[in-house]
Amino acid sequence: MDLILVAVIALGAIGLIAAIVLFVASKKFAVFEDPRIAQVAEVLPQANCGGCGYPGCSGFAGACVKAADAGSLEGKLCPVGGAPVMEKVAAILGLEAVASEPKVAVVRCNGSCENRPRIVQYDGAVSCRVAHATCGGETLCSFGCLGCGDCVKACQFGAIKMNPETGLPEVDEAKCTACGACAKACPRMIIQIRKKGRVVKESHRRVWVSCVNKDKGALAGKACKVSCIGCSKCAKVCKKEAITIENNLAYIDPEKCIACGLCVNECPKKAIHATWEVPVPKPKPAPAEGVAPVQQAAPKAAPAAAQQVQQ
Amino acid sequence: MANKLIVSLSPHVHSGDSVQKNMYGVIIALVPALLASLAFFGLGAAVVTLTSVAACVFFEWAITKFILKREKMTILDGSAILTGLLLAFNLPSNIPMWIIVIGALVAIGIGKMTFGGLGCNPFNPALVGRIFLLISFPVQMTTWPVPGQLTSYLDAETAATPLSIMSQALKSGDASILSQLPQSMDMLVGQTGGSMGEISAIALLLGGAFLIWKKIITWHIPVSIIATVFVLSGLMNLANPVFAGPVSQLLSGGLMLGAIFMATDYVTSPMSHKGQLIYGVAIGFLTVVIRSFGAYPEGMSFAIFIMNAFTPLINTYCKPKRFGEVVKK
Amino acid sequence: MKTFRIGGVHPAENKLSAGKPIVVAELPKQAVFPLSQHIGAPAVACVAKGDVVKVGTKIAEAGGFVSAPIFSSVSGKVNKIDSIVDASGYRKPAIFIDVQGDEWEETIDRSETLVKECDLDAKAIVEKIKNAGVVGMGGACFPCHVKLSPPPGMVPTCVIVNAVECEPYLTADHQLMLEHPEEILVGVQLVMKAVNVTKGYIGIENNKLDAIKLMTEKAVQFPGIEVVPLKVKYPQGGEKQLIDAVIGRQVPAPPALPVSVGAILQNVGTMYAIYQAVMKNKPLFERVVTVTGKSLANPQNFLARMGTPMQQLIDACGGLPEDTGKVIGGGPMMGKALMNTEVPICKGSSGVLIMNMTEAKRAEADPCIRCAKCVSACPMGLEPYLLSTCSAKADWERVEKEDIVSCIECGSCQFTCPSHRPLLDMIRLGKSTVMGIIRARSAKK
Repeated sequence: MDLILVAVIALGAIGLIAAIVLFVASKKFAVFEDPRIAQVAEVLPQANCGGCGYPGCSGFAGACVKAADAGSLEGKLCPVGGAPVMEKVAAILGLEAVASEPKVAVVRCNGSCENRPRIVQYDGAVSCRVAHATCGGETLCSFGCLGCGDCVKACQFGAIKMNPETGLPEVDEAKCTACGACAKACPRMIIQIRKKGRVVKESHRRVWVSCVNKDKGALAGKACKVSCIGCSKCAKVCKKEAITIENNLAYIDPEKCIACGLCVNECPKKAIHATWEVPVPKPKPAPAEGVAPVQQAAPKAAPAAAQQVQQ
Repeated sequence: MANKLIVSLSPHVHSGDSVQKNMYGVIIALVPALLASLAFFGLGAAVVTLTSVAACVFFEWAITKFILKREKMTILDGSAILTGLLLAFNLPSNIPMWIIVIGALVAIGIGKMTFGGLGCNPFNPALVGRIFLLISFPVQMTTWPVPGQLTSYLDAETAATPLSIMSQALKSGDASILSQLPQSMDMLVGQTGGSMGEISAIALLLGGAFLIWKKIITWHIPVSIIATVFVLSGLMNLANPVFAGPVSQLLSGGLMLGAIFMATDYVTSPMSHKGQLIYGVAIGFLTVVIRSFGAYPEGMSFAIFIMNAFTPLINTYCKPKRFGEVVKK
Repeated sequence: MKTFRIGGVHPAENKLSAGKPIVVAELPKQAVFPLSQHIGAPAVACVAKGDVVKVGTKIAEAGGFVSAPIFSSVSGKVNKIDSIVDASGYRKPAIFIDVQGDEWEETIDRSETLVKECDLDAKAIVEKIKNAGVVGMGGACFPCHVKLSPPPGMVPTCVIVNAVECEPYLTADHQLMLEHPEEILVGVQLVMKAVNVTKGYIGIENNKLDAIKLMTEKAVQFPGIEVVPLKVKYPQGGEKQLIDAVIGRQVPAPPALPVSVGAILQNVGTMYAIYQAVMKNKPLFERVVTVTGKSLANPQNFLARMGTPMQQLIDACGGLPEDTGKVIGGGPMMGKALMNTEVPICKGSSGVLIMNMTEAKRAEADPCIRCAKCVSACPMGLEPYLLSTCSAKADWERVEKEDIVSCIECGSCQFTCPSHRPLLDMIRLGKSTVMGIIRARSAKK
């Protein structure tokens, strides 16, 4: 009987002491955290991709709460969740979501094995950044895609794949969340996060220059069949002044571009790509096959074509 | 010029060393010990070795092909053969074949391939196999045949080994039992009972010298283990003669095999020389402790196994001395 | 025999062109001068298209303190200022000069007589070296005058001459010592005077016995200069390793400089260039280049004018073999693989190495077996396996903590790796990233 009593008292005493210690500790060392941070974090996708520019989803949640205290959620966007998630975040914080346009990663190089002949053979670690440090690349173009797939490794969503035929990465628009990890991973800044563009017939329309070669026209032309040579024909035809030529390279400003497609067929090197089939203007009779490569180059069309070949 | 120039970063030359060369180097170093065991155990040794090697290579092949479904086959790099040899060396020469096959499956399957194959395993695969068998089949694993029965396998006569004599002396507290230990010379050559590969210390030392000469291993691990065991058991023997002397300790059981071939396994031993010394000393210490105070007469495999687990920790805290770290003005 | 204390490897020496006398290479038809031939700011062209230049005319000014001017090595007319793929594998601006005749600037003393006496003071010597565009000729191309102007508070105590030539295949420095020992020794004396020290060491590896003997004999006439024979081990030519080997002091981790332990280091080729710059008024426009390779018909040492295309030197050795797999500018351990053979000889081109397809191809990488051979080989006491893995996983914080910036990129780890892993490829990536992070951090402060 005594034994049981002693045990009960001893255990009770230990429990009591522990409870007091815990109580004091929880009061004394309590860290105040805005409960809204946890609420916001709850609705975020928890991919921790860093695409928003903050360290992980909880970091972004903290930033959102801070921004909400300042009055506006402008500039805060979860690229993964997009508008629906931002609406939920805004609702929690009692604000209105700032509408932002959906974006997508765009590969600005079309130097496939066929278009850009190899002159040397790279034999180092399979990493674009190492290859970039080794030399200008396997071809005469020292600006284009190195083909080691750093962007593929960087993508958390499986949205970029290497096409073994062209040796270039291809973006799956449906899976891409525009988090920008691939753009950061690319040592040559070939991948850019651009607006998805206006919707026509249930698909997005956008236009971009698929080349980043800054060499003079003659050199660029020698290196690759489809390089931009900086001839500025596209800039002349553009009605919105969206195209600028700098360092022998054309650039289409996605903010100004309305995806009219005028420049696409103007390019003598077929370096300007569009996501849809741009009809060849009638007054200028152009050869029929001129249309085909443009269509093929569109990221959506290429995998589909490959599938058809397999079937 | 016909071919495209190759570009890569420097260095553009290589020493010509390869994983295969190292693995086959260790296998060559094991040949003297293999010959010694064939000379003492004859048929039994041959059957055990062949079964173990064949089973290890088979399991590696089968797992790579059917479970991991890898394109590249690794059975030719020599590591499976080596695991098979080392496992065989740790077994009595009269052990039934089915036990060997189980041991090989555990060694390769659980010890190595589960973790991703060569280079990824935290524990020495042959040790995993041996320890599994030792715990699962204690009777078969601890009855060792008397050397010299060249034509017998399962039916070989068994007898006490030096280690069991030592443990008997410790249990009874009677130091006179130690006089039953064989002569040091016999133990050096291998004229004594024990697992098939561990009996001949001289053959193992020969292999160790080859490994160090070929720069396959460095001296740090074997020397630190042997020195620790020698010093520690010497002190204990001086304090109380019921503990066996340092020479018998060194020449008995799997100590030489463990110090030279098992503890020095690349994958599971520390990377820096300082770390290797700590690792070796700890193995030596644990071996003597387990032999003297543990339930099992042999502590080598357990000591290595425990220290394998500490290797990542040693690697984290024992850095090689950086250039210019200590500057004297 | 002395050597450095940590790590090191022994690559096959393959000194095919050893003992071959230095041959004066033919003048090229067109010489090309890349504007960045040295570490630091690129030089700025000071000639224009159509200008007529002589041998030794300055064609580009230094672009800053850590930079060096460039001089024409030929006489002729500037054809254009354009770009050329240089040893880095990228297109860089360069001056193209069409060669006409061989007319030298009158100020250059072209006689062979040895001038020993120099009445210039320390400052004037450094100034002359600076104005002659002399850079470190071992391969790193660090502007020479910067090394000779130690930062305040650091007092040099000795000059160490790097005559180790630890790279396999290369024999340019070796042959230079055999043919111009006294000029080199005068150069050492000049540097000793310039930095105000009385002790000079010439470190030579023990595989060049004839050079050790000759230099020791000649050095008797030069007080304070000592020839130190060294045990053959790569990378003894690394400046930190050489200081450790010769005077037994270890330079601490970056940002410490060799001068922090009192040593001023210069390559033996640089000493020759300094002699010519100070005593003969001859700016740096030619150098000794080893053209070698097992498949090459006739490996040789050339005295080549800068701007000569490598192809021309290769042709003079019997032409580029059919099965060539790699052309390397420099030695096999640290040289750069070139994209084509039209790359011009620059200030740092110590050699051209031709490898055939089988030699050139790297073996397929196996998984790391944690054999610790890279750790044993690393002359800086680093853990290459760890740095490489963490770099591949982009764990920059960890690699910085593991002292990745101490790596001297000697390649010993990758050379020795039994699994043929591209260790140094990944370590370089990590090192350059970490250096960038460190720079950004200090810029913020």
